[in-house]
Amino acid sequence: MLKKQPLIFEISKEGRKAYSLPKCDVPKSVNDEIIDKKYQRETALGLPEVSELDAVRHFTQLSQRNHGVDSGFYPLGSCTMKYNPKINEIVSRFDGFTKIHPLQSEETVQGALKVLYDMDEMLSEIVGMDQFSLQPAAGAHGELTGLMIIKAYHENRGDAKRNKIVVPDSAHGTNPASAAVAGFDIVEVKSNEKGLVDLQSLKDAMSDEVAGFMLTNPNTLGLFDENILEISSIVHEAGGLMYYDGANTNAIMGITRPGDMGFDVVHVNLHKTFSTPHGGGGPGSGPVGVKKHLADFLPVPVIVKNENGYKLDNDRPLSIGKVKSFYGNFGVIVRAYTYILSMGPDGLKEVSETAVLNANYIAAKLKDVYHLPLDHSPCMHECVFSGDWQKAENGVSTLDIAKRLLDFGYHPPTIYFPLIVSEALMIEPTECESKETLDEFISVLRQIAEEAKNDPELVKTAPHTTIVSRLDEATAARKPIVKYMR
Amino acid sequence: MKLLDELKYVESHEWVKVEENKARMGISDYAQEHLGEVVFVELPEVGATVAAGDQIIVLESVKAASDVYAPVSGTVVEINEELLDNPGLINESAYDAWIAVIEMSDASEVDKLLSASDYEKVCE
Amino acid sequence: MHRYIGNTDQDRVEMLKEIGVSDIKALFSSVPDSVHLDRKLNLPVALSEMELIKNLKSLSKTNYNTDDYTCFLGAGAYDHFIPSAVGELLSRQEFYTAYTPYQPEISQGTLQVIFEYQSMICELTGMHVANASMYDGATAMTEAAIMAVESTKRKEILVAKAVNPEDRKVLNTYAKFRDIVITEVDYKNGQIDVDDLQSKLNSNVAALIVQSPNFFGIVENIEAFNDLIHNNKSLLIVSADPISLALLKSPGELGADIAVGDGQSLGNPLNYGGPYLGYLAVTEKLMRKMPGRIVGQTTDKDGNRGFVLTLQTREQHIRREKATSNICSNQALNALTATIYLTLLGKEGLNEVAEQCLQKSHYAYNELIKTGKFSEVFSAPFFKEFVLISEQPVSELNNKLLQNNVIGGYDVQKKYTELKNGYLVAVTEKRSKEEIDYLCERVVK
Repeated sequence: MLKKQPLIFEISKEGRKAYSLPKCDVPKSVNDEIIDKKYQRETALGLPEVSELDAVRHFTQLSQRNHGVDSGFYPLGSCTMKYNPKINEIVSRFDGFTKIHPLQSEETVQGALKVLYDMDEMLSEIVGMDQFSLQPAAGAHGELTGLMIIKAYHENRGDAKRNKIVVPDSAHGTNPASAAVAGFDIVEVKSNEKGLVDLQSLKDAMSDEVAGFMLTNPNTLGLFDENILEISSIVHEAGGLMYYDGANTNAIMGITRPGDMGFDVVHVNLHKTFSTPHGGGGPGSGPVGVKKHLADFLPVPVIVKNENGYKLDNDRPLSIGKVKSFYGNFGVIVRAYTYILSMGPDGLKEVSETAVLNANYIAAKLKDVYHLPLDHSPCMHECVFSGDWQKAENGVSTLDIAKRLLDFGYHPPTIYFPLIVSEALMIEPTECESKETLDEFISVLRQIAEEAKNDPELVKTAPHTTIVSRLDEATAARKPIVKYMR
Repeated sequence: MKLLDELKYVESHEWVKVEENKARMGISDYAQEHLGEVVFVELPEVGATVAAGDQIIVLESVKAASDVYAPVSGTVVEINEELLDNPGLINESAYDAWIAVIEMSDASEVDKLLSASDYEKVCE
Repeated sequence: MHRYIGNTDQDRVEMLKEIGVSDIKALFSSVPDSVHLDRKLNLPVALSEMELIKNLKSLSKTNYNTDDYTCFLGAGAYDHFIPSAVGELLSRQEFYTAYTPYQPEISQGTLQVIFEYQSMICELTGMHVANASMYDGATAMTEAAIMAVESTKRKEILVAKAVNPEDRKVLNTYAKFRDIVITEVDYKNGQIDVDDLQSKLNSNVAALIVQSPNFFGIVENIEAFNDLIHNNKSLLIVSADPISLALLKSPGELGADIAVGDGQSLGNPLNYGGPYLGYLAVTEKLMRKMPGRIVGQTTDKDGNRGFVLTLQTREQHIRREKATSNICSNQALNALTATIYLTLLGKEGLNEVAEQCLQKSHYAYNELIKTGKFSEVFSAPFFKEFVLISEQPVSELNNKLLQNNVIGGYDVQKKYTELKNGYLVAVTEKRSKEEIDYLCERVVK
């Protein structure tokens, strides 16, 4: 690996090229005659000029400066960094899926519509909803869509005063943000000492202004809220709807379903639970499912099936409208479709069982050296430690521990989230990892705990082996350099 | 935590130095420590009319964005533009790095502000 | 155990013992019995890899693809050529199996790619700063509108009627929930009607959104009205096809405050509508108001150059209930695609793509007119797409073409009832003279 990696602009040289196009074979007109000079660009276009090998080598070298799931263990809590099966990639690249235009007539894309229709049905079955829209492009986008549906539902009932969304203090940061963007005010309820929703606080927060309650179950502490039915009835009795943030669906497939817990709206993250690659930050996909009473409000179009095949139904007067161009991140949906068909009902249940087993195994094997604050019941698919013992005793922070993990070739867990656990260290191993991988990781974390005691400086100054050490984020934000300057 | 006895404070962590009918304000040392390295200051406009408790300033650190509130009512008459280029001054010396000056419309509001010792209790 | 699961049955037994429970069920003790699913999920049984490939390949073949059919359909998604190296580089696992670069020390690849992407978008658009990308062009445009509302503290957005109707639909959805008033500005000869614009400007207008080339493929004469907008202290939001910017004046040159658009045409396959990416770029003044991620350059303690996510406090997870946008990811892999595409094409290549689009679409326009089956409707300049009025209903025409292995143009009347039998034809650099001639021949038969 190169220590100094040039920018593509820095290896550019005038006259090099990496493209070939056929000669323009139509009789040419003079540009200025068909498009007036006043419309034409005046400034030079500063794109790089490199050979094809230069380009290939540059992006290959850049890829080597990344850590992916295929490179090594990636226990990033709440992100479900599971293996991204290769067959999903192969299938999603079939010409019949990539080379189809979104505005082609329905009879020419029956296969694509079948994928969308089947996904709606399969996701509905997995989470216990009646109908899905596959349009949202990400989890946060799904949340926003779901909240818009909730708002539209209340307004349609003539109950427009419901302008509040209630969220627990352990919620994902996107929950309140999505609610704000959908035009709601946010009310936060506290967690109880077990890390679950405090029922009294929830009751106190209820009023005829509450539109809904957002919850992920298992929650962000990795705990299944055992009071879920009571929570649902408190919210429903107050006239609110239950919103399920499906970020943590990987823990419950084939075991329990949000629809059976009393949720009215659900989003799932195909890039988490359903194995589609995270892509360095996207594209994801955040389908939204609803119970029957909300189906009329789903984004348009909805895929329907009749005796002539599959159709796009745009004639839905109560729909919230569109939240994205066309029908969603189709290429991502094809991958998730392939995954569900690869797993079947038994496979999906095995996924959740093993994900939960792996997380509990890590919790059991580390809780003597790291503080496990909420240890009253088994965790689900992730466990949340606190680095506060190391912080108090050795002055070593969770950030330091995370950075030290880099030296051992691991992607660190999620840190400093959830906010209600100090020095949080949130580990989500996923079902894909073997016992050997977990054992090795456990032994490294135990070693780091030892180092924190015996040689805290080693941990505090980590990482020592990466291509760059800790970067100066304050200067980056104070004097932003956000593009290449010639 | 550093406190200056000659200053007044607000529970939301602003300090105020009363200069006749004007209030010079900034954020407390306690606040800057909790915020971490300040990277950007969004200043109010000179001439803006503000009421005590209005959010008038946004401070951004690497990891957080924090609102700063007007400690008193009045008109913004001066802003510290040096902070635009060098927001880290707030971390270096929170009590020198004033952010704005408000010409007070109701001088009696000063009486509602906290003394250094009362503010210290708030921070405990 | 399933092939994607790492443990053996024996591992399970040992691990349960270490945890101190008797069986897996005990781990789910906090799930109340009443919500336990007491049956198997009703899903198709698992298929082997071989069966899956066979089944899904044949399913995919029921779609008519643009290799087998010559595509003259555009209207927001375009059949451009994608160089071979794009797909190869994109398939590197280190890119696609990584997540958000939360740990910059082991994410310099993704971070540098985004930095280069931002730089290229700034080059194309002539703007000061670009973010790391949005979901698509429609949401980028919508976020730009919200940004304008937030930064001007005004509540009305003017949007040209010739902005892609699909994008306007998304804008309308978001606006409805935030009490933003959307007012459409009419077109005249395919370009924005400046008189109508003038009559609709008022002190509540946060921004005008204009697309150029617009939905009709027509280049807007933005210089004719940008002063009007700025004198009204409103912002100018310009949506542009990035390919066109190799030839046409950039939003920056035209005085835009925010430039947006869909980056699909930069190396991303049609993919039946997604994933694509939206780009969003702004002036220096608006930098800290911009939604989404941004990568910045900095150094480590040894002075090595490195890249980090920066200006993060603008992001939703920190602002929480004060957030004005809730996006917390980007279309990183699509942005990578665009970056590789722009690298391979380079300055000259992108110019040539744009030039061929321009030449070939004008050739097609003239040839179609010559068939006598179409009449002209607008005379304003266009780039790679144009509208004609067809003699016969568009659906009939397209059915006929489909039987001849041609995917015809877009039925404009669906969205603009006043343009009866309006036919929107897209001609990219991929279309040869032979294909265009064949289209004209089939139109006549």
